[in-house]
Amino acid sequence: MQPHKTVATPHASYKPSFRQRVVKDFRRNAMIYLMLLPVIAFYGVFHYGPMYGIQMAFKNFSAGLGIAGSPWVGFEHFQNFFSSFFFERIIVNTVLLGLYDLIFVFPASIILALLLNEVRSRIFKRTVQSITYLPHFISIVVVIGMMVDFLSMDGLINQLIRFFGGEPLSFLRLPEWFRFLYTSSAVWQGVGWGSIIYLAAIANIDPSLYEAARVDGAGRLRQVLSITIPSIMPTIIILFILRIGSLMALQDEKILLMYNPMTYETADVIGTYVYRKGVLEASYSFSAAVGLFNSLINFALLFSANYMSKRFSDTKLM
Amino acid sequence: MNYTKPWSERMFDLSNIFFLIALSVVTLYPFVYVLFASISESSAFVQHRGILLWPKGFSLASYKMVFQNPNIVTSYINTIFYVLVGTTLNLIMTALGAYGLSRRNVMWGTTIMILIVLTMFFDGGLIPKYILMLNLGLLDSRWALILPSAMTTWNLIIMRTSFQAIPPALEESARIDGANDFSILMRVIVPLSMPVIAVMVLFYGVWHWNKWFDALLYLRNRDLFPLQLILREILIQNNTDSMMTGVGGGDRMPVAETIKYATIMVATLPILFLYPFLQKYFVKGVMIGAIKE
Repeated sequence: MQPHKTVATPHASYKPSFRQRVVKDFRRNAMIYLMLLPVIAFYGVFHYGPMYGIQMAFKNFSAGLGIAGSPWVGFEHFQNFFSSFFFERIIVNTVLLGLYDLIFVFPASIILALLLNEVRSRIFKRTVQSITYLPHFISIVVVIGMMVDFLSMDGLINQLIRFFGGEPLSFLRLPEWFRFLYTSSAVWQGVGWGSIIYLAAIANIDPSLYEAARVDGAGRLRQVLSITIPSIMPTIIILFILRIGSLMALQDEKILLMYNPMTYETADVIGTYVYRKGVLEASYSFSAAVGLFNSLINFALLFSANYMSKRFSDTKLM
Repeated sequence: MNYTKPWSERMFDLSNIFFLIALSVVTLYPFVYVLFASISESSAFVQHRGILLWPKGFSLASYKMVFQNPNIVTSYINTIFYVLVGTTLNLIMTALGAYGLSRRNVMWGTTIMILIVLTMFFDGGLIPKYILMLNLGLLDSRWALILPSAMTTWNLIIMRTSFQAIPPALEESARIDGANDFSILMRVIVPLSMPVIAVMVLFYGVWHWNKWFDALLYLRNRDLFPLQLILREILIQNNTDSMMTGVGGGDRMPVAETIKYATIMVATLPILFLYPFLQKYFVKGVMIGAIKE
């Protein structure tokens, strides 16, 4: 842009300045901005407010001094966390539960969608769908509540174990059972719901592909392997990438309901550790640092997942 | 087509059907068991072992206990309050946001949207959120369950996508009549968006009904507790005190068992009644969410 060296007056210029455009925009869209004001205020306070509070991870926060007034301590809390006895345990638990989810919960929905697609009777298919979607809407407190009840020493499962002559187990107090119970209950609650998107992808497949395959003598298995699965592959890849993005974003609330000091060994993850340290023990700055560490990892994973999904296809989260 | 299925295919079909029936049974049976147990005679139920194929006797005594329990009744009313007020606020906020951010020619629209979507990627974390609530003086108040949950970004995206799909021509005549943006939203956009609004009501409503963790974090006063927090005490912490208020001596043990199940039923029935609508609209919602962009 050339600066105006000549005697050109501002109102004579054809391109309005930034300031003019802002003013004009605010005049024309005043009502829209007024309507957006509560939304902006909400995000400002309840989403960007906590981001301002992140600085306490680098401070020794005390409620009396406030966030801004508390003294800086640099990376002390991070160093304490990395060298703490629990660091390895909660990282291993967090990653393992995330991986179990990826390995068992993720494919379960794909398999269910493929199996449902092979059902000829529409009524039967609809019924199975209705039933398997249901647990998605049940609160996690009720799901874990039922689990606690069925798995208690005197509960349904142990009654059956006794009936068949086995030794009853106190499942929820045994660390070796935690990962299995966390993952299998996630399958139970989510498998049907997760299959919706694959069923929709399958429904979009061009039927003439199947006809052509049949003419060529392909059996049902061949059709599934050569048409159905390749056709829904883009959907699978995108959802897989997104799942990697949330690999370490576990269902902390569910773990809080399920675990107890006897199973911390396999059940304690970053999120639950932050809750105990911060809310129960009031080590605000330390647990804010642990939480920030977790948020940064999640951000990095999600960001790279989003980037990858953009490269693989046009679909992205943002 | 005159085509006889090979033996292997028939075997597959049969085992597929069998597997799907087994999956349905495994999914549904816990609820059936809870239902049967809740309406059983408590003394007969306690003596029973193994799976229930039918209620043991019939008694609504445990339901009576549930409705006489002040903890459950208070928290039930609280939850209804949180669902009604929360969802109303959610709809207003989401509609305002979705309208403003779906308009073209709004200079700062894209910037605002980017700043909003950014919060899906990165958030301040549990502790800074908790300190914020402390500083705002919202701890131990009903607003602690309403204000931080005033809207969700995911639902904003769904509603915005749906608003963007409405042809601009439809609002032209209203604009010529001199209507401002707010009345265009109320008189043109909202009436055309009833399906997505239904999706939002259900999304937000179920969310508020099932939410418990915010209450655990922000509330100490038991009079404000939502149902899910009381459920947690009864079902998971096995806190019989909160369950047995108002039950006399000798009945305590057997009734304790069936009360649990009646509590689960009472807490889940609204969801089960809504389920046919939930299923229909949620599936739509998932699809809108999935095909954005």
